[in-house]
Amino acid sequence: MEIPKELKYAKTHEWIKVEKEMGTVGITDYAQEQLTDVVFVELPQIGKVVSKGEAVAVVESVKSVSDIYAPVSSEVTGVNKELENNPGLINKEPYGKGWIFKLKMKDPKELDSLLSAEEYEKTVTSDR
Amino acid sequence: MRFIPNTDQDRKEMLEFLGIKSIKELFKNIPEELLLKKNLKIPKGLSEIELVREMRLLSEKNADLEHYSCFLGAGAYHHFIPAIIPHLTGRSEFYTSYTPYQSEASQGLLQTIYEFQTLVCELTGMDVTNASMYDGASALAEAMIMAFHITRREEIIISKTIHPEYREVVKTYAQAKNLKIIELGYENGITSLEELGKKVSDKTAAVLIQNPNFFGSLENVKEIERIAHKNKVLLVVAIVEPTSLGLLKPPGELGADIVVGEGQSFGNPISFGGPYLGFMATKDKYMRKLPGRLVGATTDSKGRRGYILTLQAREQHIRREKATSNICTNEALCALAATICLVSLGKEGLRKVAELSTKKAHYVFEKIKGIEGFEEVFSSPFYNEFVIKCKDTKKINQILLKERIIGPLELERYYPELKNHLLFCTTEMNSREEMDELVNILRKIK
Amino acid sequence: MKLIFEKSKPGRMGISLPDCDVPEKKIEELIPKNSLRSELRLPEVSEAEVVRHYTKLSTQNYGIDTGFYPLGSCTMKYNPKVNEEIAELPGFRSLHPVQDEELSQGALELMYNLEKILCEITGMDGFTLQPAAGAQGELAGLMMTKAYFEHRGERRTKIIVPDSSHGTNPASATLCGYESITIRSNEKGTVDLKELKKVLDGEVACIILTNPNTLGLFEEEILEITHIAHKRGALVYCDGANMNAFLGIARPGDMGFDIIHLNLHKTFSTPHGGGGPGSGPVGVKKSLVPFLPKPTIEKEKDRYRLDYDRPLSIGKIKTFYGNFGVMVKAYAYLRTLGPEGLREVAENAVLNANYLMKKLKSYYYLPFDRVCMHEFVLSGKRQLEEGVHTNDIAKRLLDYGFHAPTIYFPLIVSEAIMIEPTETESKETLDEFASAMIRIAKETEENPEIVKTAPHPTAEGGRTHPSTKGGRRRLDAVTAARRPNLRWKKLDK
Repeated sequence: MEIPKELKYAKTHEWIKVEKEMGTVGITDYAQEQLTDVVFVELPQIGKVVSKGEAVAVVESVKSVSDIYAPVSSEVTGVNKELENNPGLINKEPYGKGWIFKLKMKDPKELDSLLSAEEYEKTVTSDR
Repeated sequence: MRFIPNTDQDRKEMLEFLGIKSIKELFKNIPEELLLKKNLKIPKGLSEIELVREMRLLSEKNADLEHYSCFLGAGAYHHFIPAIIPHLTGRSEFYTSYTPYQSEASQGLLQTIYEFQTLVCELTGMDVTNASMYDGASALAEAMIMAFHITRREEIIISKTIHPEYREVVKTYAQAKNLKIIELGYENGITSLEELGKKVSDKTAAVLIQNPNFFGSLENVKEIERIAHKNKVLLVVAIVEPTSLGLLKPPGELGADIVVGEGQSFGNPISFGGPYLGFMATKDKYMRKLPGRLVGATTDSKGRRGYILTLQAREQHIRREKATSNICTNEALCALAATICLVSLGKEGLRKVAELSTKKAHYVFEKIKGIEGFEEVFSSPFYNEFVIKCKDTKKINQILLKERIIGPLELERYYPELKNHLLFCTTEMNSREEMDELVNILRKIK
Repeated sequence: MKLIFEKSKPGRMGISLPDCDVPEKKIEELIPKNSLRSELRLPEVSEAEVVRHYTKLSTQNYGIDTGFYPLGSCTMKYNPKVNEEIAELPGFRSLHPVQDEELSQGALELMYNLEKILCEITGMDGFTLQPAAGAQGELAGLMMTKAYFEHRGERRTKIIVPDSSHGTNPASATLCGYESITIRSNEKGTVDLKELKKVLDGEVACIILTNPNTLGLFEEEILEITHIAHKRGALVYCDGANMNAFLGIARPGDMGFDIIHLNLHKTFSTPHGGGGPGSGPVGVKKSLVPFLPKPTIEKEKDRYRLDYDRPLSIGKIKTFYGNFGVMVKAYAYLRTLGPEGLREVAENAVLNANYLMKKLKSYYYLPFDRVCMHEFVLSGKRQLEEGVHTNDIAKRLLDYGFHAPTIYFPLIVSEAIMIEPTETESKETLDEFASAMIRIAKETEENPEIVKTAPHPTAEGGRTHPSTKGGRRRLDAVTAARRPNLRWKKLDK
């Protein structure tokens, strides 16, 4: 199970990669493994304003469905259109081509409440 | 009890294995005060001989269409059911099976549903359909909710020419979901376009119409579609008498966004109102908003074509409170009957059923309106039902009944403004002799 | 196997219809040309081909009549044949629902009697037979709940469901505009009273419980639960899917439930038909009777009539009166059983379940090791350690000639295997099933590959059920969902 050091994590299994006030969000390797093969992704509308913890997107596998929550309060600035035709990218490259949406943060301080790679690893191992 | 194979000896052995003395001990988690001390007060059990005798007597208290001729439709239609249908749906591998969750052991049923889906798409002119709904009315209610999910608008416009019971069901569901229903009046037996133009707005989620409508008349679907779509409102078309699709332009071709309907006419007995089957079809872009089960074609591990329940993540057993609907059981066996009926009829047969129904209706319509005191009411074209105005409809039906004819619907029951109006129906089951006899009796009524 | 469309050939027909016996008119004279369809691409096949096609398909389907069907929560009991014949009597099958009620007295009498029997079995005061299925019954029950509180001028917005509940419970709540609150089960597998008390405030309209619950366990504290719910003004709803467990032994009405739906296609032996038609009658206590869907059936002297004049009714939820054909079969079943028969059903269903549970519990993990009711839930987590999933076990069972139990439900048990044998299975069948399960458990340790790649429908000398013989293996569900193919598009050309 891969947990890149440079990313921040939410307890609900999203990762966020931060560049200034912009962020890219996807789900973790652990989450994609739990979900099994992703068959459909419901992407948000660009411009959607969300608060931290609000459901933004939906990821479906054959036997389950999960909401993807905004790790920080933000505005959605981009979505990964590739996923519409190839949802399996989430399984193949959860931290790369399988990203889900981009956002512009409202309050970068909220990042402090997210988990580091180490802390996230602890939560998922205790999950098991 | 002939349905229970365990003998006293079996029970004894099983109890010994469990290390207990009596079955009572297995109910020890039920609080003592809840355990019934006496037998239930229900009638005592019957042998098969007694049962059949009693049930036959009960059934004979009813006036059925095998002993009466029928000019009554109104949402339940007396069509021909070829002998092969009960034989094939009576294959117990079909009727004693459960929902096909284990696809390897259910290829038979899954394939029939896939065929059903293909047939419904072809008839309605739509891209995708589900494996069936409870009935036409609840399918219409589900279409309303689906339209709300798509548009996020809370007003529903529903034409008064839709079957009154369908409208009631829609109202019940709307009340639960807190949606607002706006009714649309009719002119000359069809939905008033003028009223529609006035009532449609940017709050409207969908316009619901029926075609042919409850009066049998053909709606101006194209014009309604134009008004609806100009306002970004979805058009939902209900088909209550689906044999009409053998003749009429499919709603998909006329721009409908969701098509729902009742499939009873296809091979399902009229059975005092149920079980019937609803169908529901839509465009590809709304596929994931469809409620109910869907069967898809795929391949197995050896690359062979096979069928499987798919897109289940929309459904209640996975998505729970966020599901597209709460529907679980559908009407698979009724859908199987409809499938067998449609493929047996084929393209020629279905068209012939539709033509016979239409021609007979127009034949008897011309005759009846020629009788003094019986008037044509609406001049719109109609399929196999039509409205006639006359005097004392109750008396007419009583007289017909004496001649073993189940007469037309007295419309006042559903439309207080249509006192003394009758709704007649014919299908391929009505012979010319029957119709001529009906006309003769009506002629004699003073 | 080919689709019926692939067997089509122009010029064939499977039904003969009479010639038109009224003066011929061109259809264009009756219906405007622009309303007529241009083409209709239905298959053209002969009667004999249709019969062979669907007969062949039927053999690729597993039914109760061909084998043991231990689906938990589904009550796959034997469907008596005489009931099928009775429903086919002309007076039932060819009865028009809109004709004058004087012409349908036999049907109304049957429905009235059925309602009365269901009232007595459940301890309720009134019943509606209108809902087409359990889920629609549930919806009707919650609609009545809503109407009941609106009538009292109370605004309640929440429904409580346990985490072991059927998915229809929260889905029905949403359809009624309610918010669902899920409460965790306790270590015994039943409702955690403390948790319940925490969330049970004045905004809760209803608690939905399945009893026995989906783990097959009786809610021992049911009286306490209904008592505290009522004290806070909430109603308690019984999902009656598991009613088979205590027919004639105890009654939900006496437990304090206010509403219950039954599944005639589970408890009362009507066939599931491959997923329907079902029937989901709803029973209520006196205070909710005015809200029942309309019409109700009333008896006056020896006449039966439909009563539409019910101002507080939630309205109609289905056209006409419900799935009458299904009611006929359930009524025939109840008339056959009588009070003693019903009790025997529950006793043997519970005995069979406990017997099978004890036979299997040393081979599969049993998360709640206590007396069960009519069903029990195992977990495949021991087998998972060998890399074998519950789904693999389900598929392997087919090789031994058995249909799989319900799997992956309830959601609170990982790798769940939910087994409901019902009362209509013999001890011999249970023994055979148990040995198949035990063999699979052993295979998991010795040769897990054979389980992981099951079914093996062509294996020599196997006990493969006829429905799977030479059939499909492991259909690709992922592609089916990623690129849905929901109709035969070659029809489009």
